[in-house]
Amino acid sequence: MRALLLGRWLRAGPGPPRVPPRPESRHRGNGGNGGHGPLRQKVSVEVLDHLEHLALVDFRDSEGVERLHKAIQFADQLHEVNTDGVELMDSVLEDRCLYLREDDVTEGNCTKELLENAREKVEEYFVAPPGNIPLPKLEERETFLQGS
Amino acid sequence: LAPWAPVVGLEIHAQISSNSKLFSGSQVQFAAPPNSLVSFFDASLPGTLPVLNRRCVEAAVMTGLALNCSINKKSLFDRKHYFYADLPAGYQITQQRVPIAVNGCLSYSLCIDSKMSQMVTKTVRIKQIQLEQDSGKSLHDDTRSQTLVDLNRAGVGLMEVVMEPDVCCGEEAAAAVRELQLILQTLGSSQAVMAEGQLRVDANVSVHHPGEPYGVRTEVKNINSIRFLAKAIDYEIQRQIEELENGGTILNETRAFDSKLGCTVPMRDKEGKQDYRFMPEPNLPPLILYDTKSLPANMNHQQVINIDWIHERLPDLPSVKRKKLVEKYGILPEHSFTLLNEDGLAEFFESVVKRTQMKPKKVIGWILNDLLSYLKQHSLTVKESPVSSFLLGDLLNLLEKKEISSTAAKQVFAELWKGEGKTPLEIVKEQKLGLLQDQKELEQICQAVIDGQENE
Repeated sequence: MRALLLGRWLRAGPGPPRVPPRPESRHRGNGGNGGHGPLRQKVSVEVLDHLEHLALVDFRDSEGVERLHKAIQFADQLHEVNTDGVELMDSVLEDRCLYLREDDVTEGNCTKELLENAREKVEEYFVAPPGNIPLPKLEERETFLQGS
Repeated sequence: LAPWAPVVGLEIHAQISSNSKLFSGSQVQFAAPPNSLVSFFDASLPGTLPVLNRRCVEAAVMTGLALNCSINKKSLFDRKHYFYADLPAGYQITQQRVPIAVNGCLSYSLCIDSKMSQMVTKTVRIKQIQLEQDSGKSLHDDTRSQTLVDLNRAGVGLMEVVMEPDVCCGEEAAAAVRELQLILQTLGSSQAVMAEGQLRVDANVSVHHPGEPYGVRTEVKNINSIRFLAKAIDYEIQRQIEELENGGTILNETRAFDSKLGCTVPMRDKEGKQDYRFMPEPNLPPLILYDTKSLPANMNHQQVINIDWIHERLPDLPSVKRKKLVEKYGILPEHSFTLLNEDGLAEFFESVVKRTQMKPKKVIGWILNDLLSYLKQHSLTVKESPVSSFLLGDLLNLLEKKEISSTAAKQVFAELWKGEGKTPLEIVKEQKLGLLQDQKELEQICQAVIDGQENE
């Protein structure tokens, strides 16, 4: 995969994405394995912890982490194809027409229905904690990742 | 001591003026009952999908063209992930990789001195314009330690205008944003009223010594008016300079402007550097725009956006309007700025000019000095003026025909301001302000005065 363009100076977001253009220590034309060969690089505890913070997923146990490794291996098969000079495709919808809707009001006015889902409400407002409750640091969490 | 060069990069979010939201059919409306303008998609209920609003695309194209941008005929949508109670999906649909418009510029003017007699033109480069969703609104209830969430605003279309760091102080930033505001209002792509949150500005501020690399920047948010924008930026520049001169360092942080204290403070609840995990929006194909050359033959008209068609229908931008006023009426450029700066004032002026024989160059004085100062004193808009353009026109005619003196005219104007429904002529008669034109009568009066003197 060709690396995506850099983030901009003004953005609060990250710079270049963390997906390397080529995975380290991989030789081309490995073929035949179909992605079931041994994983060349394990995912570090720091990255797993980072993922748990970002996506609020819980890998829970070694089986969960192993599943992640298998998913990466599966996706790595993409690197076995030579894509030099081929334009990046990021959506199978790229040939479809993006449908444009007319600017008419056709929805809304269903406050009651929406609030039915809310565990807590105050006068037709949803109630949320005062701010984001950050995931505690690795040392303070009860996660199997500790001591990995 | 080496001079400091401040650097300011503005990020402006303008709410698109449309009936419905960017990706759903719920209504766009300020101050409606909470959660009444929310569709299932806006609430991020499973099974809902985004459907792009044509009007929002047109608004972004208009704005891009008005700001001299290149319009990308193919632009893409992405997801920007972060968790917050007013973002029910956990991500915002935006255009991070290929936005709808890039590489434009905005020209604005500044007064060199406080007398507004000399103006200088500056430009700021526009990096890009992108379409994105607005989030809902959070009301913080600190006493009960909870946040109340209203999703009426969630999904409203925004145009994010990203500027290059070409601005160097609060005054420039204020002037640039004001001009952008006028352009958006002229186009109708956004009503751009800051007080209603339709125009939000964040400022990235840093300082450095000329010739050296840029310094660490801070992001200043929570700026609610153009006046506060200038204050916030100037305060932050000063703060950074003082900090650095005292041997301190600048943290790359987000700060909020406290308008009561007139200073910036670090924002709580910012969890360090965010990783937004940008990814292509899988539910939206690329947005394709056409021009007259590339227009496909057999496509449904409603599904096609023609950039050239939009370009042809752009209204006169403020800079063009000002030029026309100066050329047509012989007024000064500074005057044209003031005319366009007040909503409805230019139209009022033109209406008075039509009604009176007085030369526009003289009329402008009455508009800018008398009418405008009265309006400001009473905090009224032009539309609320108790003196209509017709009444003022009639008054100026009396003055022009020398039926009253200019002092008397000012008195009549003050009387008209009371809005009691009297015409200028009626007031002149009532208060006996008419100039005597009759030579004989004048001689008699003078003679009587002289005679009176002799008798003493």
